[in-house]
Amino acid sequence: MSSEASATTQPSQSGGDAAVEMVSLYQAQKKIYPRAVTGWFATWRWSLVWITQLLFYGLPWLNWNGRQAVLFDLGARRFYIFELVLYPQDFIFLTGILLISAYALFLFTAVAGRLWCGYACPQTVYTEIFMWVEQRFEGDRAARMRLDAGPWNAEKLARKGGKQLVWLSLGLWTGFTFVGYFTPIKLLGSEALALSFGPWEWFWVLFYGFATYGNAGYMREQVCKYMCPYARFQSAMFDKDTLIISYDAERGEPRGARGRKADPKQLGLGACIDCNLCVHVCPTGIDIRKGLQYECIGCAACVDVCNGVMDKMGYARGLVRYDTQNGLSQHLTRSQLLARMFRPRVLIYTAILFVISAALMASIALRTTFKVDVVRDRASLARQVEDGYVENVYRLQIMNATEQEQRFTLTASGLLGLRMQPAVDVVAVGPAEARWISVALRVPPEVAASEGAGAHPIQFEIRRLASPGTDAGSLMEKSTFVLPR
Amino acid sequence: MSDFFSNGWSVFVAGATILGLLLCLVLLIIASRRKIMANDNTTGHIWDEDLRELNNPLPRWWMGLFVLTVVFAGIYLAMYPGLGSTEGSLKWTSTGQYEAEQAKARAALEGVYAKYAAMPAEALAKDPQAMGIGERLFANNCAGCHGSDARGSKGFPNLTDSDWLYGGAHDTIIETISKGRNGVMPPMAAAVGTPEDVRNVANYVLSLSGSPHNSIAAQLGKPKFGACAACHGPDGKGNQALGAPNLTDKVWLHGWGEDAVMAMINNGKNNVMPAHASRLSAEQIRVLAAYVWSLSQTTAVAAK
Repeated sequence: MSSEASATTQPSQSGGDAAVEMVSLYQAQKKIYPRAVTGWFATWRWSLVWITQLLFYGLPWLNWNGRQAVLFDLGARRFYIFELVLYPQDFIFLTGILLISAYALFLFTAVAGRLWCGYACPQTVYTEIFMWVEQRFEGDRAARMRLDAGPWNAEKLARKGGKQLVWLSLGLWTGFTFVGYFTPIKLLGSEALALSFGPWEWFWVLFYGFATYGNAGYMREQVCKYMCPYARFQSAMFDKDTLIISYDAERGEPRGARGRKADPKQLGLGACIDCNLCVHVCPTGIDIRKGLQYECIGCAACVDVCNGVMDKMGYARGLVRYDTQNGLSQHLTRSQLLARMFRPRVLIYTAILFVISAALMASIALRTTFKVDVVRDRASLARQVEDGYVENVYRLQIMNATEQEQRFTLTASGLLGLRMQPAVDVVAVGPAEARWISVALRVPPEVAASEGAGAHPIQFEIRRLASPGTDAGSLMEKSTFVLPR
Repeated sequence: MSDFFSNGWSVFVAGATILGLLLCLVLLIIASRRKIMANDNTTGHIWDEDLRELNNPLPRWWMGLFVLTVVFAGIYLAMYPGLGSTEGSLKWTSTGQYEAEQAKARAALEGVYAKYAAMPAEALAKDPQAMGIGERLFANNCAGCHGSDARGSKGFPNLTDSDWLYGGAHDTIIETISKGRNGVMPPMAAAVGTPEDVRNVANYVLSLSGSPHNSIAAQLGKPKFGACAACHGPDGKGNQALGAPNLTDKVWLHGWGEDAVMAMINNGKNNVMPAHASRLSAEQIRVLAAYVWSLSQTTAVAAK
């Protein structure tokens, strides 16, 4: 066993016969040249590349109500997602989305391993796009290796230069789109044409553009292997009934080259012809025939390429396939695998995911489209006004979470004779605006005397008046009324 | 004030920092040169009889990143004051940054306030943007004492009525906000006479505004009011040049009723409105004063 092959894999079981040698604790990076692959799973991956990228690049250009449909306006602290107008107070929804993402990740991982990594992770998706560009300019694996080994000449310069040009423009376009989620993208577009970005826009466009270029162009599998935490805790979500990319060693071994017409049984060989294509296509450079490794991102490129080889050889497909550890050892059929999918862990994840999703959707659907904060004046707790009335002052912030003007009336209750002085008529709050209103409440002297000194709970009722496009609704907000000694 | 009691501490901190950096670098170099015997891809360490440590080599570029952080630290320490009490080539201080940011903020505000510089209060009161600015300035600087509805409290004048201690013209309000006010009512018990006289004068004062009072005591107190007339005027209507309150209206800044008035005569009061010229720019005060002025204009209040 050579040192490079053993570098990141498990200790060999037959360590005794390996040569003793000096190895470093550090390792120079070896460039991986993944071979292009086609097949059922590659098609799925490309479909997801298209879906996610159409979404990412396209969404900021959509319009809604005369504004950008999805816009996170950090300066004004308003987040617009189609019909929703969210305030920073609505960050609980973000918590919900993160919880759903986490449980979905747990669920998919428990069922079929690193589906996220293999098909939808931005690192995978952008690497796929960048590798596609690389192949257009430099050819497939062998051609690329030849090109890299060869001397610098005009052709190499043109091929490499062209690749870099497309990579950089892709990166910059991605950075531009990213910033377009936070600044109106059409405005950003005209700024881009005039090269008149502000300093922060420059920073984020370049930073995100460079991150895309560096991660998808150069870092690639290094991110998955050394930086991504998911690789490290996936084992906590795997069990022996989790579908993983697996090599059927029982069927494949002993591996060896043979002619297409030769009968492997006569030669004493398994189904694996040792063509090494599964190693060549692997984006993280591992050999799946050594078993499950933490570097495996579950992209199934080896499954696609091995199935192609099996077809050519006239053998049955599935030497490398999605299977479970139990499936391999107990020779389970597809329907048995399917039945084992409904195990407690999966069912519990599904149930929790369902509950949280339902709760999030319900809370978004049922949320009131305005909010109120009540702040009592702190410095002067209470004051006595004419005829011995006791007065407290409050500031109410009314936030309108729609894009129509809303009109409100205010009332207060909780103490006998409590009234607003002067009475506040209808308060109008503009679209997606927040407005502060000062309100004074007073109680008559006899009530102040009978209730006694201290803080008394009261409620404000903020009632929205029905208008075209909005229903009537009301909110109760608690506060306190202080009576002095 | 110096950060350290003696220069020795500064040298010590600088030395510890540099030594720490060098140690990091040396450790890295030693570790990267070290090689281990490997025949089964483990580090050769064995614990608890059979527990072995796998050798997962760190990528070399990661080591490069570590070197970069050390280089970064060196450059950073040369530019910023991080080594004891050294200044750094950029001469950066937090005070300097604060002042620079303040200057920047002031420059940015100048544009906002420029158009209000020449506007009279009436025009400012009709400008919704100016009133919005004024309202926020008020909430941040004035509401603590005068309440967020500006109607004051005991000891803190109500700004929404038309009763002014020093006058309610725009320029007067600007002066009040900029320089502050110091309202002094001296203890007058000795000048008024006996405690009985004080009670009588208090009742006379209450009678001026038609507040509940003992009319016989008020009659007896009337001749003694002369002591008060120097500031509050013979008719008790006050004097805005002195800040002496009008006693004939029903505004009682320090509490109403016989006891409260007697306490004022006996003890006097020193009531302070702090100056704001150092906290707010002249332009800000101008807009704020117009907002306060607008509060006392009943029409303006209704329009809001």
